[in-house]
Amino acid sequence: MDVMSEKSAKSLVKPIISFRNVVKKFGSMVAVDNVSLDIEPGEFFALLGPSGCGKTTLLRMLAGFEVPTDGQVLIDGQDMGATSPNQRPVNMVFQSYAVFPHMTVAKNVGYGLKIDGVPAQDIETRVQEALELVQLGHLAGRMPDQLSGGQRQRVALARALIKKPKVLLLDEPLSALDAKLREAMRFELSQLQQKVGITFIMVTHDQDEALAIASRIAVMHKGGISQLGTPSDLYEFPASRFVADFIGSVNMFEGTLLKDEPDEALIGCPELAPHAIHLPHSAPGNVNAPVWVAIRPEKMNLHKNSDEPPPVRDCPAAHNVCKGVIKEISYLGDTSIFHVQLANGRLVRVSRPNRSRYDQDNYGWGETVWVSWSGSSPVVLLS
Amino acid sequence: MLNRDGQSRSTFWATVLPPTLWVAVFFLVPLGIVWLYSFGQNEGLTGISLTGTFANYVRAFDPLYLQIFAKSIFVAGLTTLLCLIIGFPVALAIVFADEKSRTWLLMLVMLPFWTNLLIRTYALIAVLRTEGFANFTLEWLWNNASGVMTFAGLAPLGDFQPLQLLYNNFAVVVGLVYVHLPFMVLPLYAALDRLDKSLMEASLDLGAGHLRTLFSIVVPLAMPGIVSGVIITFVPALGAYLTPDLLGGPDSQMIANVIERQFKRANDWPFGAALSFLLMYATFIAIAMRSYLTRGKAVDAHGI
Repeated sequence: MDVMSEKSAKSLVKPIISFRNVVKKFGSMVAVDNVSLDIEPGEFFALLGPSGCGKTTLLRMLAGFEVPTDGQVLIDGQDMGATSPNQRPVNMVFQSYAVFPHMTVAKNVGYGLKIDGVPAQDIETRVQEALELVQLGHLAGRMPDQLSGGQRQRVALARALIKKPKVLLLDEPLSALDAKLREAMRFELSQLQQKVGITFIMVTHDQDEALAIASRIAVMHKGGISQLGTPSDLYEFPASRFVADFIGSVNMFEGTLLKDEPDEALIGCPELAPHAIHLPHSAPGNVNAPVWVAIRPEKMNLHKNSDEPPPVRDCPAAHNVCKGVIKEISYLGDTSIFHVQLANGRLVRVSRPNRSRYDQDNYGWGETVWVSWSGSSPVVLLS
Repeated sequence: MLNRDGQSRSTFWATVLPPTLWVAVFFLVPLGIVWLYSFGQNEGLTGISLTGTFANYVRAFDPLYLQIFAKSIFVAGLTTLLCLIIGFPVALAIVFADEKSRTWLLMLVMLPFWTNLLIRTYALIAVLRTEGFANFTLEWLWNNASGVMTFAGLAPLGDFQPLQLLYNNFAVVVGLVYVHLPFMVLPLYAALDRLDKSLMEASLDLGAGHLRTLFSIVVPLAMPGIVSGVIITFVPALGAYLTPDLLGGPDSQMIANVIERQFKRANDWPFGAALSFLLMYATFIAIAMRSYLTRGKAVDAHGI
């Protein structure tokens, strides 16, 4: 009964993409190691990971440029097997954009339709439509070497979207753009995706980019998926040290679980001694076993020096605090990052938003301060 | 400032002078002498008087020589075409080979370069002659086919007649293609290697087959390399001397053989010089055509 209902619940939304136990080896090197993953229609999905984690290989297996060593790749329920790239209902935007340098913008965008044997009249209309979609309608007659990087990317987008693919694949779509343009294009990409309603799958090594655009992210590491979830899931509830460290920045402390009750847990960390970490809920792991505690810099607070540790909300006195000296302040405009050195030499990063134009000098270099965090801030990790 | 200026000037002359002298003494001056000879006429057995006559050039336009010129151009053109047809897939295969075998494949293409042309040509004679390896192989196949037919109850094929593969135009073209193939493969390889592979992938991704991708994307983008390869193959093939001399028959002589005969056996240096310069002008025209064909087409094949 339970199994039945679970099964029917699962099949409510038929995945547009399914990886089933996919393995890809290049010689003796395992690029993708037994990945199973379902992507639903209409998602803006991101494959995120450091270089060499297998994310691009996974994308290229969707496009058909690589064939899995083992396992299945399904697109819209159909096993792709060794179906060649030109027979697949997906299109790709390449990292280098791969705009054909010997064709005009219009010829580039119309290339796929011409191959499909669409009449020239229709090609012209649809090319113009596709170019309007990416706001390049006025540049149809240009040659690619007369375009800026951002414009070339739009050409690549229009060229792929004009084929009305079931899935659009984007390989590091923003990595070749400068910072300002990259930010603008993030917004535009997600707008575009909502407008055309096609499933987008993006490969990126840039965690900010993935967090900003994607509706769901798979964090990849060493050929496997470390964690799968929404951007806030991954940021606020990382499942491993790798994910916590890879997404955003984090202060990681090694410690021992001292006490684990339903409404209270205590973790002793040598680096934070004599103070312990207190959680108002139970923690994973066994008592007296080693655990790791991750705390985001923006979830830590600074306090002026005093003899007694400052009181922390929802927390017994003298817990969730540590004392140190500000070694460095990185002023980033919107925030400042304070590098606080504890007595044992450990550096803790604390970030503060610069809400006022005048109080940025509240804490200065060399100042002794208390650092505190609320009980809900730490994430306890076992791996 | 002054010192630096003087220093850079002396550096300039120190680097410019030796190669300039080299080119002048060993290339321009001898070439100039031959050019002057082409306007002279024989005087006695060894003397040449520079009379400023155009008689040598007029004689070169005799149908007999024009025909040899035309034939040389045809043979060189055919050689170039065959080299392109064979060389393009070879270059493409090397580009797509994995890194380890790529070095070896390039090495195999270049290896003949480092072997003496005479030795290679004689080796080719050993392959092509009546009692050569090509005919041995054919005979073996023939006899086996004959045996199979006897076995199948059909009449056997009669005796094997060795093919006349040597001392004709066929042998000359085979020899020229063999000798000049590296000239074609290397520039093609260089052009194809620079081509961004994702351009081909994009074409496949957009629905094009491999053949379509080849002709719509690869060939147009490799055009500068193709033109270079064609010129670099055509020019030496046009002036080929040893190959038609050793592999050709009585009707296979090319223009270089005629020139050689003027300088040596006929002892007619002025006429030989005139023919040489006509050959050189033909080469210049080919090179000029190359820059004309590739003008303004310095397309960056790196994929924009």
